[in-house]
This record gives sequence, structure tokens and C-alpha cells, in this order.
Amino acid sequence: MNILETKLINKYFYEPTEFHVLKDISIKIQKGEFLSLIGKSGSGKSTLLYILSTMDTDYQGELLIDGLSTKGISNDALAALRNEKIGFVFQFHYLLPEFTSLQNVMIPALKLGKWGNDEIEHRAYEKLKLLGLEDQAQKPSSKLSGGQQQRVAIARALINDPLIIMGDEPTGNLDSKNTRIVFDIFKELTEAHGQTIVAVTHDDDFAQNSHRIIEMRDGAIKS
Amino acid sequence: MNINYQIANTYLWSNKKMTAVAVFGVVLGIGIYIFMNSLLVGFDKSSNDSMFKNIAHIRVFRDDEIARPLISSTSDATPILINPKVVPNSNTIINPKRIMQEILKIEEVTHVMPQVNVNAFYLNGKSQINGLVVGVEPEAANQMYQIEKTIVKGDFKSLKSNPNGIVIGIGIADKMNLKIGDMLSLTSSKGQTESLKVMAIFQSNNAQIDKYKSYVNISKAQSLLAEGPNYITEINVNTIDPELAPKLAPQIAQITQYTAEDWKAANETLMAAFKMRKIVITFVSLTIVLVAAFGIYNILNMTVTSKINDIAILKAIGFKGKDVIRIFTAQALAIGGIGVLGGMVMATLVITLLRNVYIGGDIGYFPVDYEPTKYLQGATLGMVITFLAGYIPAKKAANVDPVSIFRK
Repeated sequence: MNILETKLINKYFYEPTEFHVLKDISIKIQKGEFLSLIGKSGSGKSTLLYILSTMDTDYQGELLIDGLSTKGISNDALAALRNEKIGFVFQFHYLLPEFTSLQNVMIPALKLGKWGNDEIEHRAYEKLKLLGLEDQAQKPSSKLSGGQQQRVAIARALINDPLIIMGDEPTGNLDSKNTRIVFDIFKELTEAHGQTIVAVTHDDDFAQNSHRIIEMRDGAIKS
Repeated sequence: MNINYQIANTYLWSNKKMTAVAVFGVVLGIGIYIFMNSLLVGFDKSSNDSMFKNIAHIRVFRDDEIARPLISSTSDATPILINPKVVPNSNTIINPKRIMQEILKIEEVTHVMPQVNVNAFYLNGKSQINGLVVGVEPEAANQMYQIEKTIVKGDFKSLKSNPNGIVIGIGIADKMNLKIGDMLSLTSSKGQTESLKVMAIFQSNNAQIDKYKSYVNISKAQSLLAEGPNYITEINVNTIDPELAPKLAPQIAQITQYTAEDWKAANETLMAAFKMRKIVITFVSLTIVLVAAFGIYNILNMTVTSKINDIAILKAIGFKGKDVIRIFTAQALAIGGIGVLGGMVMATLVITLLRNVYIGGDIGYFPVDYEPTKYLQGATLGMVITFLAGYIPAKKAANVDPVSIFRK
């Protein structure tokens, strides 16, 4: 079953000059797949990721998530869809600095409103424990190290049990030990829980060990 | 608590100083607004009070009539009547008792009183003082003008039991060296001379009036004009609310067929001055509230700019545009709400302080009171303006494109 599918996606940048950044991208991503998007900088992989994430709606072509077309869906409906079905890990923009780690992890679940407060807190603790951060739960997130922040962000991406987890360099700030931990978690999520992972990465090891690699070059898929 | 409000709350507390400055701005703005508008109400009340000591809300009288031809001519025809004059008619109101009863039937009318005005000279040896003798029914006049409150010597009530009594202004008493019990001679415009006994002396807020006005019984005024007991020059009408007078005057004119003039029409210059006072105070107080709103706008704008990463993350993890709007307008409304409450406290303090300041003269204590309607107005205005001041930056935040932030 295809959890993500794109049909002939094209995108142009108009500033500073017109530039054809994505050319006829058609991909199918299966449920439970662990996919790495690689390519040189400027190849369009991040642009593709943001389109897949539904945050960027300025393109031609069609995007299907979980079998449903996102064409003509309002921004608010897309936000609700992201909240429920997609988790994000960004490289440089992690957490809300004024909240504790625990609160940061809880926010998407509080927004979703599927569980009660106590259960959300319990779940958030579980996710933090999974990433070895239970002792940092009550710290303001701005007081954590870069690697810890990134792991809190991963915990946050997991809180709503999303169908898809998207990462823009999800291990970019982590040492090899933590990279290993995160990689193992991702692998387990895909294999044991059937979640799908799409990650943009520069880490060749990380990419080689994932299920599938899509390499981008000059706005098109190379392999 | 909803997650939006939790976030709003955290932002407010994480920036205590800025929040406090914004709240303080609203406190000042709303405080001054409520205070100045209460002051305006106080001023109006105080000037109305002193005005209604001398005039009624509505005055019914027989206006001079210009002679008219019996046949009305078209405009291009030669006029039948050239240089028409005032018809030599007495200005008495015919059948005043029945007219007064008719006026009293109007629901909003509280007092009706007949009055006879006599132009007279107070005689003081060889000199004469020009004056106005007002013939009234003492009890009714007191109810209407609150004359007893202005009496400085003697007793106004004793006028009723003494048909030859007169109550004079303190200016006349000083000029003519009169005490209670002294006799005062006066000559009316109709040439009647009377010697009347001073029963009481009043002092109004207006020295001009104190120098020429006096009160006598209505029968004395009629005899000064050599007229009978049915001779009435005007009927004074008071209503439950002076503001109703301009609306009621035409109604009374229609019922009575005489001219009915409301106090606003009779004092147009004064009304214009009041209006100007109102415009200036309203303008200044609104400007102050607006400045406070700019404070909120500024601070929220800065918050939006400094939290632009947070906003991008929130939108990425599923917050809708309207959630972001709620987060920021909630902050504005919290600042506005606390500020409005503080402003009410501040207005109450300033009003309490000023109420106890003695000004003197006819005014006495500073004429300001706690006006619930102005408090309500200030609070509503404060909340509306802070909402708008918050909504504009919130809208900007809601339109943040997360992708453009993440790509930086």
C-alpha cells in the first residue's frame, strides 16, 4: 500500500530568477518503508521533502497521502492532517525554548486532543525514555545540548504515532553513538510499528542502512 | 487549559517586563479615559444644576406676532400689507389653568408653574436700579428652581404668607443697604409703585442675576402690571430628564398653541461651548487610549518577530492559522483585561481624590462622580482596541510560511 505518492510534481522558484527546481517527480513510498533522500545541496531534495510534508503547496502535480489527494484541501485541513499523520524532525529548528522538554513533546498531542492530559504526559515520558532523556524532562529545552534537543524533537515527532515521520537531517547534530540510537529507533518504528520514514540526509552510513535510497540530481530523481 | 492559551500564557510570563509595560500603558490609558469622561459628566451636571436654578426645562409663552394680511398673497403680487408691525396684543396666556392641566398630562412632565415677569426699577433715594421682578407661587418656584438652597438670609417660605413680601438678590441688598424687614420701593414698567418688605436675600452663582432679580408673589406681580389674577406671561415646565426637553417642547407647543422653548434652544451659545468641551475631552481621552493600544501592538509585533521560529514549528506540527491568531490575540486580551481592571482602579482612585478637593464658590467640591456608564464604556473600548491591536500582529503571525523559515 502506498502511503505517499507523487504524480509528476514540478516546482519553480521565481526569485531571484526563474529556476526549475523539481522536474516531473513521481515516486511511490510504501507503508513501513525507511527511505533516505540524498543528493548534493541544491538538488531539490529538501524542496521535495517540504512538498511531501504538505507545508509547501505551491507546485504543479499531485500528492497523495494515505491514498488521499491533497489537491484543493485548505491550509487548515492540511494542518490537521500534519498534526495527526506526520511527525517532523528538523535540523536547526527544534523546540520552543520557553517550554520544558516534556511540554515540547506534549504539544502536538495536546493539539490533537485525542488523549487526556495525564495520558499525554505519560506517553511523552515514554517517548523521552525511548530516547534516553527521561532525566531531562523538566528542564527548559533551551538548557539542553544540541544533541539532546534534537532527540527531544524526535520524541515530539513520535508522540501522535504518526503514519509518516519526516526528517531534514534528523541526525545532523548527533554524535555517532546517538546517531546509532536514533537510527535503531527509526528502524524499529518501521519494522515493528509499520511507520514510514522519509529522511533527507548527508550521512552515507545512515542512508546505506535504510531500506531505500532516492538520489536527487538537478531536480530529478537519479535512481 | 487549551494548548493555545497555555502557549499564550507562557509567552506572557517569559517576557514579564514587556508585558508589564504594555499593561501599564493600558492602565494609564483606560484610567485617564474613564476619569476624563466622568469629569465631563460631572461638569455637565454641575453646569446644568446651576443653570436650572434660574430657568426651567421648557418655557411656554406667547410670542409677539407680526401682523399678517387676511388674504395670503402669492410672491409676485403686490403685498397688501407693507411694513407690518407687532400686533398690539397682550402677551397673557389665555386660560392658564386649563393649559397647565393639559401639560401635566404629559407623562415626562414633573412640574408646571405659572410665572409673571415684571420689568421694574428698584428705587433707592434718587437713584434707580433696573431689575426684573418675578411673580411666582413660592412653593412651586422652590420645587422648580431650588431657591431655598440659595437663600443666605431670612426665610423664603415666609414669602408665601406675606403678600407684600419680596425676596431680593444679594447684589440689590448690598447696593441699597437693605436688611431683612426693610422696605423696598419699586416702580413697574406700567408705572405702578409699591413698597415691599424684604423677607429673604438669595445669592445665586451669578452676580449679574443677584443684582437685578427678585421674587414676589404672583398676585403682587399681577397688580404691579395692573392686571387681573388671570394674567400669566409664561408657564414653566420641568421634565424628568432635561435631555428630553427638546423633544417635548414641540409637543407642548402643539397642545397649547403657544411658543414652547426648551432650555437648549434658549441657551444656544452655552450649548455650543458645552459641545466644544465634550469634543475636546473625548478627542484627548481617545488619543490616550489609542497610544496605549500602540504599546500593545508594538510589543506583540516584536513578540511575533522574535517567535517566528516557534510559529513555523507550531504550524509544521499541525497548528492552524486560527490557532496562531488565538495564541497572539489571547495575549493582547490578557494584557487588555488586566489593564482595563487596573485602569478602573486608577480612575476610582483619581476620582476619589478629586471629589475631596474643595474648589469653592457655587461649585463647592470638584464636580466629579463615579459614572458606571463611563466605566463600562472605558472597559468596552479598552477590550475592543486591545483586541484590534493584537489581531493585526496575530494575523501576520498566522500568515508566516513555515517553509520559508525552515529554508533560512
